[in-house]
Amino acid sequence: MGSLIAQILSVTLMNLGSLRRRLWMSLAMVLASAVVVAILLAFLAMAKGFEETMRGAGSSQIAILMREGSSSELSSAILQDQVNLLSESAGIARSANGPLISPELYVIVDGIKKSTGTEANIPLRGLNKTGMAMRTSMRLVRGRMFTPGTNEMIVGEGVLREFSGFEIGKEVRFGKNLWTVVGVFSTGGNIFESELWADIKIIQSHYNRGSSYQSIRLQLDNDGGLGSIKETIAREPRLNLEAQSEREYFASQGKQLQYIATFGWVISAVMALGALAGALNTMYTSVADRAKEIATLRALGFSNFSAFCGTIAEAMVLAVAGGLLGSLAAYLFFDGLNTSTLGGSFTQVVFRFEMSPDLFLQGAILALAIGFISGFFPAWRAARMPVIVAFRHAA
Amino acid sequence: MSEDVLFQLKHVSKGFVKGKEKISIFDDLNMSIERGDFVAIMGPSGSGKTTLLNMLGGVDQPTGGEIWFDGTRIDSLSESALTRWRAENIGFIFQFYNLMPMLNAQRNVELPLLLTKLSKAQRRKNVETALALVGLSDRAKHMSSEMSGGQQQRVAIARAIVSDPKLILCDEPTGDLDRGTADEILEMLQLLNRDHGKTIVMVTHDPAAAKYAKRTLHLDKGQFVQREIVA
Ligand SMILES: Nc1ncnc2c1ncn2[C@@H]1O[C@H](COP(=O)(O)OP(=O)(O)OP(=O)(O)O)[C@@H](O)[C@H]1O
Ligand SMILES: [Mg+2]
Repeated sequence: MGSLIAQILSVTLMNLGSLRRRLWMSLAMVLASAVVVAILLAFLAMAKGFEETMRGAGSSQIAILMREGSSSELSSAILQDQVNLLSESAGIARSANGPLISPELYVIVDGIKKSTGTEANIPLRGLNKTGMAMRTSMRLVRGRMFTPGTNEMIVGEGVLREFSGFEIGKEVRFGKNLWTVVGVFSTGGNIFESELWADIKIIQSHYNRGSSYQSIRLQLDNDGGLGSIKETIAREPRLNLEAQSEREYFASQGKQLQYIATFGWVISAVMALGALAGALNTMYTSVADRAKEIATLRALGFSNFSAFCGTIAEAMVLAVAGGLLGSLAAYLFFDGLNTSTLGGSFTQVVFRFEMSPDLFLQGAILALAIGFISGFFPAWRAARMPVIVAFRHAA
Repeated sequence: MSEDVLFQLKHVSKGFVKGKEKISIFDDLNMSIERGDFVAIMGPSGSGKTTLLNMLGGVDQPTGGEIWFDGTRIDSLSESALTRWRAENIGFIFQFYNLMPMLNAQRNVELPLLLTKLSKAQRRKNVETALALVGLSDRAKHMSSEMSGGQQQRVAIARAIVSDPKLILCDEPTGDLDRGTADEILEMLQLLNRDHGKTIVMVTHDPAAAKYAKRTLHLDKGQFVQREIVA
């Protein structure tokens, strides 16, 4: 047993020692593996970053209510009467000023992306004092709060980063209305940073919404909480609403982009096939190049298993070296990179690519798979190499 | 069977299939080699010298007949049993040395010892002894690319004897060397046979080389033939 390991180890070291003879082919294999892994990681990091952004957005102490059947705020509508009815429900936390319930409006405006110079959607959210107070992670980074009853707005840091023309003091035109940016806010990196915020009354009048809203946010109390709210809705036929915790809501929105991860795996699998073809060629060449050495070792009494393992190991080393290179490249280029994409509600969500150990693990698995598959068949050939090759009269 | 017989071929036949043709190289070949013998095998090109040596070394199988080595029938051993048998009993010396170019002399000589249970220190000692025997103690760290043909073949001899095999098989060991160097190598083989009791079978084209052996077998048209040696 000890002898078998010594055999495999020394055969592997000899293979690696002979790599110089096949330098360019071997480098090509490393590179192909690197590209495939880097691409996979880019997609995974994108999906991961989006999911993290969406997950971080939600609190379990806050409920979000929309019209029954609406999957997003954009397609929802809620009337003032319904808000009034709901305010009486159990399960809502209260302050000195009454129940912590925030009816909100959510409209879409256009902005110019810095990166491409093209137009893209930005959500403009209308909220009242209560809605503002309920967002405890919100912090004004620069400037001041908008004054209720005016065309003033504050912009999320993500919007400022990705879109041009939202600096403090700038005037922005949406349709026939001119707005002034008076402040910049942060919510700790989550989805709200991709929004513009202004006074709800002003938005209702500018966008002809009368006294209607699109969603209701409310702070849950510690007794019945979400359960009580759901009971109220079930009892009262006029409340054709659906309630879920904000955390659930954003998590489900974040999951919508999981297809990016799947897409990433599909793309990399297709590319991996191409890389495999090249890698197989490299490894078959390696076996042919080492034929005399393999046969000589076999003549000396080295097992065919050691010839097999040595070849597999060579393929693994090359593929994994590529995987490391690809991971490093993906990390350097993509980790923390800001981007934005269509969210579940067709607005721009600003998020960061996020690398994490489990993504690198997936990259490593892909690299190992490339190494193993491209090594297996050539290794089989190495193991079946006739020993008489050692006696062939070609130097 | 005599106590002293190391190798015995009984009614060995060997053929190849080339395309649709069947080529027969041996048909009922018989021979025995005794312990401590030094046999040269000569014969025209294509007469089957290498094929015979390969069968003796267990790297090629006969089509028919039996090959016995020291009481074991080797032609029916499994691939892996044969591999172990080679590691324990046979030292090979090739015409083109077949050293591993990425290893230095010492590491090349050590290779057969990796198949044994010897400790690292013991391996090192045996390697030193073998290199000393071929007069290359001072070249232990040299790569084969830095050595002459004669030196490479001496490393190969050290590799062939380091695990103390019963039998050494050489295929044209001096075929790639000049006369002077060839004589040095042949003297070394003679010394291994005479002073260390190694049984040696050597294939050669060269009558001068064959003279170092105790006896010479002439192979022609698949049979051993009697032949006057014309010096
Ligand atoms: N694997 C093989 N397949 C088909 N024919 C083979 C094979 N190996 C050897 N032969 C044939 O068998 C015959 C004997 O070959 P072998 O190499 O044993 O001759 P040799 O006496 O060593 O010749 P040389 O002096 O040229 O080395 C040749 O005709 C050769 O072509
Ligand atoms: Mg030959």
